[in-house]
Amino acid sequence: MAEFRMPSLGADMEAGTLVEWMVKPSDKVKRGDIVAVVETQKGAIEIEIFETGVIEKILVDIGTKVPVGTPLATLRTKVEAEAGVKEPAAPEAPAIMPPPVPKPAEAPPIAAALPEVSPLPGRLRASPAARQLAQAHGLDPTTITGSGAGGAIVLKDVEARLASMPSPPPKKPVIGLDLGAMRAAIAAAMARSKREIPHYYLQHQVDVTGCEAWLAERNAARPPQSRLLLGALAAKAVASALRRFPAFNGFWQNGKFEAAPAVHLGMAIAIRGGGLAAPAIHDADRLSCDELMAAMRDLVQRMRFGRIRSSEIADATITVSSLGERGVEALFGIIYPPQVAIVGFGKVVTRPWVVEGIIQPRSILTVTLSGDHRVSDGHAGALFLVEIDRLLQEPEKL
Amino acid sequence: MQQDQARPAPQETTYREAVRAAIRDAMQRDERVFLMGEDVGRYGGCYAVSKGLLAEFGPKRIRDTPLSESGFTGAGIGAAMAGMRPIVEVMTVNFSLLALDQILNNAASIRSMSGNQFGVPLVIRMATGAGRQLAAQHSHSLEGWYAHIPGIKVLAPATLEDARGMLWTALEDPDPVLIFENIMLYNMSGPLAADAGPVDIDKAAIRRAGRDISLITYGGSLFKTLEAATQLAAEGVEAEVVDLRSLRPLDDETIVASVRKTRRAVVIDEGWRSGSLAAEICMRLVEQAFFDLDAPLARVCSEEVPIPYPSHLEQAAIPQAKKIVAAAKRVLGREG
Repeated sequence: MAEFRMPSLGADMEAGTLVEWMVKPSDKVKRGDIVAVVETQKGAIEIEIFETGVIEKILVDIGTKVPVGTPLATLRTKVEAEAGVKEPAAPEAPAIMPPPVPKPAEAPPIAAALPEVSPLPGRLRASPAARQLAQAHGLDPTTITGSGAGGAIVLKDVEARLASMPSPPPKKPVIGLDLGAMRAAIAAAMARSKREIPHYYLQHQVDVTGCEAWLAERNAARPPQSRLLLGALAAKAVASALRRFPAFNGFWQNGKFEAAPAVHLGMAIAIRGGGLAAPAIHDADRLSCDELMAAMRDLVQRMRFGRIRSSEIADATITVSSLGERGVEALFGIIYPPQVAIVGFGKVVTRPWVVEGIIQPRSILTVTLSGDHRVSDGHAGALFLVEIDRLLQEPEKL
Repeated sequence: MQQDQARPAPQETTYREAVRAAIRDAMQRDERVFLMGEDVGRYGGCYAVSKGLLAEFGPKRIRDTPLSESGFTGAGIGAAMAGMRPIVEVMTVNFSLLALDQILNNAASIRSMSGNQFGVPLVIRMATGAGRQLAAQHSHSLEGWYAHIPGIKVLAPATLEDARGMLWTALEDPDPVLIFENIMLYNMSGPLAADAGPVDIDKAAIRRAGRDISLITYGGSLFKTLEAATQLAAEGVEAEVVDLRSLRPLDDETIVASVRKTRRAVVIDEGWRSGSLAAEICMRLVEQAFFDLDAPLARVCSEEVPIPYPSHLEQAAIPQAKKIVAAAKRVLGREG
């Protein structure tokens, strides 16, 4: 018999409140399974169990606050469970006894004649259908507790998780955007990206003094709502550069890269309250700078009111992230799978710059590329960034 | 509706009688059809299938043969090539091994080897399976071996309708067709439509619909599997029972569609496990439905021993409803 106790989740933790049991008596558990959720000062934390066995009794009810070390449940460990049917060990046998007659080996029950293959350590035990559904929803299957044979994760486990996902109880009616669900989606996508995509990062500083002058001239006669911003030029430069560098525009799917036939530029848009989305501007390489600017304004407006079309959310072929005026000099993005690249623009800063042998104050924009090394190499990435630079030197041609 | 009313009432019939009716029907329809085999005439057939046919059709069309499987199967092949429509009866599948050379090297191969000049429109019927305490030389289920052979069709009628209806369709086939009759089915009785007639021989049939697990079987194991499905239903598991009917060719479409729906499968096959027809079906499921599977595939086959003579060991060696239920529950993760 083993006890599952309230763990210490940090030196400063004295007690925790049990908020959820993920198991019930007679459930099988294995080392690493999440069996309960405990509320601490740090928030709700999923608690793993470190022994394999069968839950025997739940000792602490939901909502109870107990000190660290308090037994929460008892479980029969695997050895006990297997030996469970046998008699308790007989009192020690007298010293002189005829050697026990070896019993004929008991025939194994016919139905269990096939040897059980024990799972490889570290290998996820999940059915093909469960894996596929989890992948389709960007769920990390390792966070799901299996209920199938041998603790395997089966379809209904994933379905149960999906059903429970957008369900932190609807505290307040969510208008347009469900930030909780969005955060969960970001978490899943970004965790998958960092887990699966071997990123490489490049950085390049672009002198955009010429762009700014050109924009100032062009915007002089325009009302504020129709002015062209540097962000549109930058986005246009990326879209145009992709024509020569298709290895950054497309998807890594089923173990190989597929270049996308069109450039659908995902624009990373921050949402008040802590959300982020990257809806696409379709065929961005074919839009003029003004059209692109209008599309960006429209997208930001609609995004903030939660009126984005599913096609825009789903089909971006690359993402561009701009920090804008209130940001910092450079950002290194995480690729949004299944895309294979993200281009980042920092804020424009004034720097002393050497131009034709003379130090001058110039407007400098740092452009970064996070590339998927399965698809492209740093050399190609560098040429891609240099192409963006070159295009930004001639804004009138964009 | 009117058609239904016009149909004669179903008659209580045994599987044995249904096979006999099929033979009689074929003899009446086509004078090229004749039956030959060991004891099919005077004795009325080892399993009494052909009882009475000698008196009805005479010794030219109901022919007793010597104990010479290779010889009379070869004669059947020759007769078929020469334009007749023979039905060759082999007493049990174990004995058919004496005729395996004729079946594989001649019947199955001649169309290909002659560049399509000759075909062998032959039907070979034989008994298969265990359960009558006939011991290892009369009780095996080797139909899976025959299902390995290109050039022939292999059928396993399990129901009265199929016992009645498959023979004529098989005789119309331009190539050899082997029909396996499980010995435990001969005494099975039930209602059969008085006008029951030919049925298709290339489709599997769903004998019971369900959504939780597919139990795929054929022949003598069908009724054990249906019983298992009933037991599972009592525990809230809706099992779908697929009757293969044709072992070669296999109806992949029906099998795969069922498993894509239920996402789980147990194959029940009275053959031995290693290298079995069950193995072939499982592999096809992996090839065609891998991403739909939600649990490992499982099999209930015969134990890998020569079928024993003592009744309790014989029964322990072959698939039983209890084993099927246990396997299904294991697949469903509902052990003990």
